Amino acid sequence: MEKNKSKIYLDYAATTPVDPEVFEVMKPYFSEKYGNASSVHLFGQEAQSAVIKARHQVADFLGCKAEEIIFTSGATEGNNTVIKGIGGNKDLAKKVGGKPHIIVSKIEHECVLGSSERLEYEGVAEVTYLPITEEGSVDVEELRNNIKPNTVLVSVMYVNNEIGSIQPIEEIGSLLKNLNRERKNKIYFHTDAAQAVNYLDCDVQKLGVDLMTISAHKIYGPKGVGALFVRQGTALARFMDGGEQEFKLRAGTHNSPGIVGMGAAIEKAKNQKSKAEDIENMRNKLIAGIQDKISGAFLNGSREKRIANNVNFRFDGVEGESIIIALDLEGIAVSTGSACAAKSLSPSHVLLALGLNHLETHSSVRFSLGRYTTGQEIDRVLDVLPKIIEKLRNISGNLESTASVERGQLPKDFGC
Amino acid sequence: MYTDKVIEHFQKPHNLGKMKDPSAVGEVGNPVCGDLMRIYLKVKKDKKGDQVIDDIKFETLGCVAAIATSSMVTEMAKGKTFSEALKIKFSDVEKSLGSLPPVKKHCADLAVKALQAAITNYQKSA
Repeated sequence: MEKNKSKIYLDYAATTPVDPEVFEVMKPYFSEKYGNASSVHLFGQEAQSAVIKARHQVADFLGCKAEEIIFTSGATEGNNTVIKGIGGNKDLAKKVGGKPHIIVSKIEHECVLGSSERLEYEGVAEVTYLPITEEGSVDVEELRNNIKPNTVLVSVMYVNNEIGSIQPIEEIGSLLKNLNRERKNKIYFHTDAAQAVNYLDCDVQKLGVDLMTISAHKIYGPKGVGALFVRQGTALARFMDGGEQEFKLRAGTHNSPGIVGMGAAIEKAKNQKSKAEDIENMRNKLIAGIQDKISGAFLNGSREKRIANNVNFRFDGVEGESIIIALDLEGIAVSTGSACAAKSLSPSHVLLALGLNHLETHSSVRFSLGRYTTGQEIDRVLDVLPKIIEKLRNISGNLESTASVERGQLPKDFGC
Repeated sequence: MYTDKVIEHFQKPHNLGKMKDPSAVGEVGNPVCGDLMRIYLKVKKDKKGDQVIDDIKFETLGCVAAIATSSMVTEMAKGKTFSEALKIKFSDVEKSLGSLPPVKKHCADLAVKALQAAITNYQKSA
């Protein structure tokens, strides 16, 4: 793949470039094989075959039946569908005999938390937001202790997008399987596996999940398409009403080029084991290099239970947005959990859940590696970053440690 | 997102650093986004007997806008009398930098407040 030599992309957790082979496979479905996959004529049949093929590719990867895969517009839609479709399922609520209860971890993606908050706000469901350990993962015993007779759903992401922590999905699956044997109301188990597909075993039987969300643009596929695994028999209320596509679970004309891209991307993800090892080695080099060259640098999240491509550090005495802009001016793209870089000016909920205080969340930077990352890129970062941190520490004069300020209220009239 | 002028002040801040034996120091902080700014003043009396900011320096822990606005406010305040310096508004700082994204306007306000805090502290101790 042709790369712009002066730019280094280390934000693969945010999104990935479409793999050139995947792009080739998608192309015909824009202007040649453009039929609506629901149409009866030849044009439609052509598109439908492609959708069916992609469905099989995804099902094969996840170890489930093709009819258990529905295509969506991405992980945000998938997660909304699950939380609202189960937590807000009126039939399920009747069965449970009252307000259903759902459990989500505190570090879920905003779309899971936002959907859960909406259910709470509308008085539709009770929600428990499970805290995490210092290692960045849910404690299975704590989860067990929060389960109630009216619990209908547990949603815990497989890998956290910010700190890369790997959650005990198989363990939770096992726990819920055992509990469900003796329960009147089944607890459905969902995992958002968007960040896991590239690196971990996502076999839904092994993990014991009833629902799984995945996203194409995290795995070198196109943006705007994802897939949701829905185990047969799951009480999922439809989110997108309309036509009868996707086994009547998700209406809408099929995004055939996107779906074809999703299928091709996930098929390619099967053969990436050695690449994943390379990525992990480069990641380890980056972690060790930062710890070696920069004082006051602390890894956020677990060192061991960490996904192969994630690095997240906080740097004492420096603010995150200034680090990422300084890196951007050097052609290096990364992201931060600092409030200053967020449109809402609120700090990362993940870092807060980890136990960091506001100033600590303020100074964190995430580097996420990927398929096209090279050793030279890591070397360049290790060359440039220490100088940036030193310069910014010079500008702050170690203000953090000696500051005796009175923190006033944030003025409300500045469009913040 | 940021104008060239903001980036210029970020990469080459004016009046940066600690001051030896400052006449006064002002410090302000923002709890939500976490920016911290400190301004040092060296004050002299001019011929009319007004207090003048003879020298000014700053240190900032914050985002690009925080660094740029504190750098700019020191440039605007240097050599001014107290009454002139106290007239500087956040919109003046923003204008001198071209413009700031809406979510960053509060940084300009914080910089102005840091300057005002330094002046107030001088007046208190005088």
